[in-house]
Amino acid sequence: MLSYVARRILQLIPVLFGMSLVVFAIIHAIPGDPAMVILGERATPQALNELRERLGLNQPLYMQYWHYLLQTLGGDLGESIRTKKAIAQEIFPYLAATIELSLSALVFAAVVGVNAGIIAAWRRASWFDYIAMLVALIGVSMPVFWLGLMEQWVFAQKLALLPSIGRYNARETIHAITQFYVLDTLLEGNWAGFWDVVKHLVLPSVALGTIPMAIIARMSRSSMLEVMKADYVRTARAKGLNEFWVIYKHALKNAMAPVLTVMGLQLGTLLGGAVLTETIFGWPGIGRYINDAISFRDYPVVQSGILVVAFFFVLINLLVDILYAYVDPRIHY
Amino acid sequence: MKKIVSPILGVLLAVSLMLTGCGSQSATSPSAPQAEKTLIEGRGGDSVSLDPANVTDGESLRVTENIFDTLVAYKPNNTEIIPSLATEWKASPDGKEWTFTLQDGVKFHDGTDFNADAVVFNFQRWMDKSNPYHTGGDFDYFQSMFGGFKGDKGCVIADVKALDKTHVQFSLTVPQAPFLANVAMTAFAIASPDAIKKYGDKFGQNPVGTGPFVFKEWKPNDSITVVKNKNFWQKGLPKLDKLIFRVIPDNTARLTALQSGELDLMDGLNPSDAATVKGNSKLQLVTRPSMNVGYLSFNTTKPPFDNVKVRQALSMAVNKKGLVDAFYNGMALPAKNALPPSVWGYNDAVKDYEYNLDAAKKLLAEAGYPNGFETDFWAMPVARQYMPQPQKIAESIQADFAKIGVKTKIVSMEWATYLKKTKNGEHPMALLGWTGDNGDPDNFLYVLLDKDNANPPAASNISLYKNDKVHELLFKAQITPDIQVRTDLYKQAQLLIHDDAPMVPLVHSTPLLASASYVKGFIAHPTGTERFTEVSIEK
Repeated sequence: MLSYVARRILQLIPVLFGMSLVVFAIIHAIPGDPAMVILGERATPQALNELRERLGLNQPLYMQYWHYLLQTLGGDLGESIRTKKAIAQEIFPYLAATIELSLSALVFAAVVGVNAGIIAAWRRASWFDYIAMLVALIGVSMPVFWLGLMEQWVFAQKLALLPSIGRYNARETIHAITQFYVLDTLLEGNWAGFWDVVKHLVLPSVALGTIPMAIIARMSRSSMLEVMKADYVRTARAKGLNEFWVIYKHALKNAMAPVLTVMGLQLGTLLGGAVLTETIFGWPGIGRYINDAISFRDYPVVQSGILVVAFFFVLINLLVDILYAYVDPRIHY
Repeated sequence: MKKIVSPILGVLLAVSLMLTGCGSQSATSPSAPQAEKTLIEGRGGDSVSLDPANVTDGESLRVTENIFDTLVAYKPNNTEIIPSLATEWKASPDGKEWTFTLQDGVKFHDGTDFNADAVVFNFQRWMDKSNPYHTGGDFDYFQSMFGGFKGDKGCVIADVKALDKTHVQFSLTVPQAPFLANVAMTAFAIASPDAIKKYGDKFGQNPVGTGPFVFKEWKPNDSITVVKNKNFWQKGLPKLDKLIFRVIPDNTARLTALQSGELDLMDGLNPSDAATVKGNSKLQLVTRPSMNVGYLSFNTTKPPFDNVKVRQALSMAVNKKGLVDAFYNGMALPAKNALPPSVWGYNDAVKDYEYNLDAAKKLLAEAGYPNGFETDFWAMPVARQYMPQPQKIAESIQADFAKIGVKTKIVSMEWATYLKKTKNGEHPMALLGWTGDNGDPDNFLYVLLDKDNANPPAASNISLYKNDKVHELLFKAQITPDIQVRTDLYKQAQLLIHDDAPMVPLVHSTPLLASASYVKGFIAHPTGTERFTEVSIEK
């Protein structure tokens, strides 16, 4: 097991290396001189030259990549062209915001998705099954942008139940310690603040979690259907066990392995793919950070930002694989 | 595993139930003291830095405008100059020496004194590249407004010195009439020398000025909070206790947040949402006077656009009123000059080319093109405030041009390339625009239409329009301190430019904002940055 984990961690190196190369190639293939994009309508040749010089854009591409690689290996993520701040320092609050949102979306997706899938499988071909699977189909096809705006319109504007933007009520103060506001407010013992932060998570989490929820629901259903036919389920029933326990104790565990994979993959997607949700809900996350950087040709931020997201993606996959062994002891590494 | 899974699912279920039920709670926390007046403004993007000298973007300057003061300022609703940190100013007869009398007793937020030395310190920092505090950015605005840095050929400021505690004197290398308008720009606000020394290149994250609000906190891409400066030199002001700038990138989501009370004021209202705001008694619509121009430039060095009659004929074939209605929802003024009417010196006597396709066709025939001609029509790839939908605007103009026989092919390319090629004069005709910096006519007319700026590859006058008479007027206006004389010169220049038709000024767009109806005293400024000193919340 340990050697497997070690091997997997070593495998991260070529993956991240390849990733850095691809990102570097793509960002430099986008037409548009960053110096010109930065200076815009007011660019003078002198200013352009000075800026290119300062950003190292006058060097050949392979030299630029080499410098970038050396710097990254040294643990330095570089400096943003736009804000001139160190990326390693700048990126953390964005990353925390996105992780908090993604986890919360995953919780929503898992709770609703797994349970809907189970019930749909248990009551196969019932009205619940049909409706649940129809909702799942709609959920997968739903544009996040539209869903987000509709949620805001209904729950914030019409019903005035939930806040529509941001991570917290800006009229209050939050002392960011870990940058995970749910944790921060708890650490502080600020219950009103905690409640406020949780409420701010609801709408974006539902918007972001809808597609994964639909996928998880369908996956859980089909996986459960298979397991429910197994002998040990029949045995459990035969010994007179309550149907609830048959499903949640005996069947679910065996049905979980494929669902877990999907969840892991979805979490990775959530981390990198939250840009639309973040835009709609004014969420200061990493998706928007990188997206803004692309339109600004802020090369270092794009490169390092994507690298960090890729790192988490690969890391989550690794964790899921390891978790497998716990869920299904038959799997050995 | 089974022992773990079911409790976990149970907890998750409970959490989800809690979440769904949480809407019933009130949105405000009881801990907030009722008396504190907080205003939240929603905007589309975050600030880059809060060191005003080192930024050129509106989102940064919008915040620094409230933390810092400039020597002189603009009136709340136009770009006329009024006293601020300086109470009086005087130019020598040759326009090369400016003396400012400063307020006494003003303090920076860190408690240090504002005085003539502080002014000198700031200017030295901006203008001298070898100054140890010339850090934190590129000082782009200084370079472009004052012709470069110390030692550069075009640098306008030769020296700045403190005569005594309350008098500062600037010596210029050449007379620069827009000097005062430049000094009023938010970018040239006076910062605390102690704070600059203390924070160095991190000053942009720890701004210290003399303005109505004191910087408190910056949560990147989320919010910037400033609080009331209790020792502000305008006694009894500001009226607000706290001012928060909040980032919400999507215009529609921002309006929803305003409607649900999460914001008190928002910038960047979609023109199509103006009716919604007007129809809501809890909201009010705010119009920002225009300080921009969207135009269609003809490359006057390329045939057939080197023929003035062709340019005039095409000018007659553009339906500006139609463009305003179709693409700006009526929230723009049809333009007849490159200069917007909010800037002094605007010549209202200029009579615009009337939209008349028959007359246009006739003039085109006179110019030697009875059957029209074919040409490329460059359209910008990105939306700007002055040009919200460049491709569609191009298509609309294209349709009218086709009616007089001018067949155009719309060409577009990536934005940076577009800028580069238009500055290099590679286009036959192209859409572009300009947003003013300092509210001085020079900033429009000299930049966009003087022959000094018609030199590829760095032409800001992309029509490459060269008229010696116009140059003479604009140059004279640049070195004459008397504002009345300058006004006359600019008015004459606009008449000449109109006759030569090097560009078709299309529109001056009027950006829209919206606020809750309890927000009082807010006036949107043409420069795009406004002070909240007089703004109050009256519920």
